[in-house]
Amino acid sequence: MNTLPLRSRRGRAALAALLAVAVGFTAAGCTGTDANATGSTSAGSEALSIAYLPKLLGNPYFDNASKGAKEATTALGGTFTEVGPAVAAADAQVSYINTLAQQQVGGVVLSASDPSALGQALTTAREAGTKVVTFDSDVEPQYRDMFVGPATDESISKAMVDQLVAQIGDSGDIAILGASANAANQNAWIGGMNTYIASNFPNLKVVDTFYGNDDDQMSFDKTAASLQKNPNLKGIIASTNVGLAAAARYISQSSFKGKVALTGLGTPNATKAFIQDGTVKSFVLFSPADMGYLASYAIDALRKGTITGTEGDKFSAGRLGDYTVGANGVVYVGAPIIFDASNIDQYDF
Amino acid sequence: MTETDTLVAPVTRESRKYAAYGSPLWQRVLLTREFAVIIAVIIVAIVACSSIPKFATPLTLSYLLLDLTPVLLIALPMTLILISGEIDLSVASTVGISNVVLGFLYAGGVPIELAMVICLAVGLFVGALNGFLVTVVGLPSLAVTIGTLALFRGIAVGILGTTSITTFPAFYKSLANANFPRTGIPLVMVLVAALVIVFALLLHFTPFGRGIFATGRAREVARFSGVRVKRTKFILFLLSGLLASLAGIYYTFRYGSSRGDNAVGLELTVIAAVLLGGVSIFGGRGALHGVIAGVVLIGLLQSALRFSNVTSDVINIVTGALLMASVVAPTVFAWLKSRLFSRFFPSPHATRKVRLQ
Repeated sequence: MNTLPLRSRRGRAALAALLAVAVGFTAAGCTGTDANATGSTSAGSEALSIAYLPKLLGNPYFDNASKGAKEATTALGGTFTEVGPAVAAADAQVSYINTLAQQQVGGVVLSASDPSALGQALTTAREAGTKVVTFDSDVEPQYRDMFVGPATDESISKAMVDQLVAQIGDSGDIAILGASANAANQNAWIGGMNTYIASNFPNLKVVDTFYGNDDDQMSFDKTAASLQKNPNLKGIIASTNVGLAAAARYISQSSFKGKVALTGLGTPNATKAFIQDGTVKSFVLFSPADMGYLASYAIDALRKGTITGTEGDKFSAGRLGDYTVGANGVVYVGAPIIFDASNIDQYDF
Repeated sequence: MTETDTLVAPVTRESRKYAAYGSPLWQRVLLTREFAVIIAVIIVAIVACSSIPKFATPLTLSYLLLDLTPVLLIALPMTLILISGEIDLSVASTVGISNVVLGFLYAGGVPIELAMVICLAVGLFVGALNGFLVTVVGLPSLAVTIGTLALFRGIAVGILGTTSITTFPAFYKSLANANFPRTGIPLVMVLVAALVIVFALLLHFTPFGRGIFATGRAREVARFSGVRVKRTKFILFLLSGLLASLAGIYYTFRYGSSRGDNAVGLELTVIAAVLLGGVSIFGGRGALHGVIAGVVLIGLLQSALRFSNVTSDVINIVTGALLMASVVAPTVFAWLKSRLFSRFFPSPHATRKVRLQ
């Protein structure tokens, strides 16, 4: 009796596992074929096919960029696919790039998790004819065709100072809240603000520059300390979205509310409540959607051969207008966007 | 020689023949969890190759094997550890620390070969620390390795901060990515195959390997049967640290990048694959061919779904559901069997109970 496989415990277990696995695979196989029916058309080399590969899926910032990339791809008559890992990891992105290269997509709009770890995969993809345009986070220049940047550092610095001047006038004490003292972009923006203030608003004095390490609690505490230390402070510029939200939270609960102006770089969802309660009148950010949009137009121009991604190349990008490629194949979307009570509801990221 | 010796000896010396097992050899080989997973791999491969355009190329195989190499390397000692009834969650952090140390030393001017040896030494140290805490101090491995997972990851991130090191010798980088000419089989598979053979021999054909199974089945029984339980477990943690650091070295050259957050979460991929391959989370059961099939199955499935532009969330759902099904199904069927069969085919044990009443 024991020799019959189905009556032995192990035999039953094996059969059960086999059945379960078989069922799992039937389901998986179906998903595969279904998705493939739509995917196979995008793999054609004639029509424009653009794949959007963010650092990770399900992030509002990248979802916003995806909208722009999709809008442009549709406007250009191409097919659009969005793929990507669930966590921001370079090795996960490599697998996706390899797959896209094998599918021979026309171009990849990529926000890279690592500047060099993707190099080998990107090189293989480009040898197979796929155009690679990075946005938001670049890879080393030799691994991609072009990089779409948000806005020049100068224009971001200028926009932040202009927003504060619009609220407090062109004189008085102000403070700057940065992310960290050794981040390249932070130093560029803070340095840019100091230069811009020195040459245009001589009566505006930056009396304090402090750093919250992009930590909510630390930014909150340091804002409180700076306001106590400098009682004549008329305004604060936070050049980081974490800092802006933390400083706004402190000011909105303190006696400084309505007396100290606050602006800087923020994200709409994190700052919406403070725009509504009046703590923050306006803030600055670049549009992820416009980056995705411009990157898709760049891929189209690269595929048509109108540009090669070298400095001085000119191409036109639909509703955004005309662009000229800068040094190292970098192109900037343009001036940053100003968010205030009138337009903040249009954004969700 | 006494009279009792001659009487007892023929009985104990009689070697066990195949006929003594409950079922013939072919049934014991084919009707197993391991073989079910192997069949599943074949089914998925056939379905994927026939239904997904451009999937059936040597390049797909090459990428699949390259992606799976770190998982395979870590899965080998992980199988042994799980069979012995323990777990090592710190492996991905060990990969991370090895990855970071290699980059840090090479950037600091240490010759790459020496840096690789130091990485392996770090792996052994990491394994020794885990092993010490589990066997000598006597703490549960789950708690110990959750702690060292955080500790080693913290050290890895601390060494490099937010920077990354990206210059490595081109020779090793191409070695880690190269294939045998005109095939899709990466060169690194030679190393993997050699280690698979070593671990298969160790687990299935040595007294040490039987000791691992015995330890996982019943710790005390194993100890009284002469298995050096603590030493066995200590060696397994050493092997785990060593192989994880080897995977870290491979990872570094494969991606040409050394940074603190590399390979985060890899331990879950490995454990999922090992469990899918038929190793019991309670210890005492499992086989290496099933584990390799489990690793390949998860990799193949992910590759096929990715090729079909299925989003990563759906891929996670499919692999998760598969794992659940493979872990839960045997238990459910055993329960069903006990409920149904005991009604229709009462076991001798049950009959005896009735008679006693």
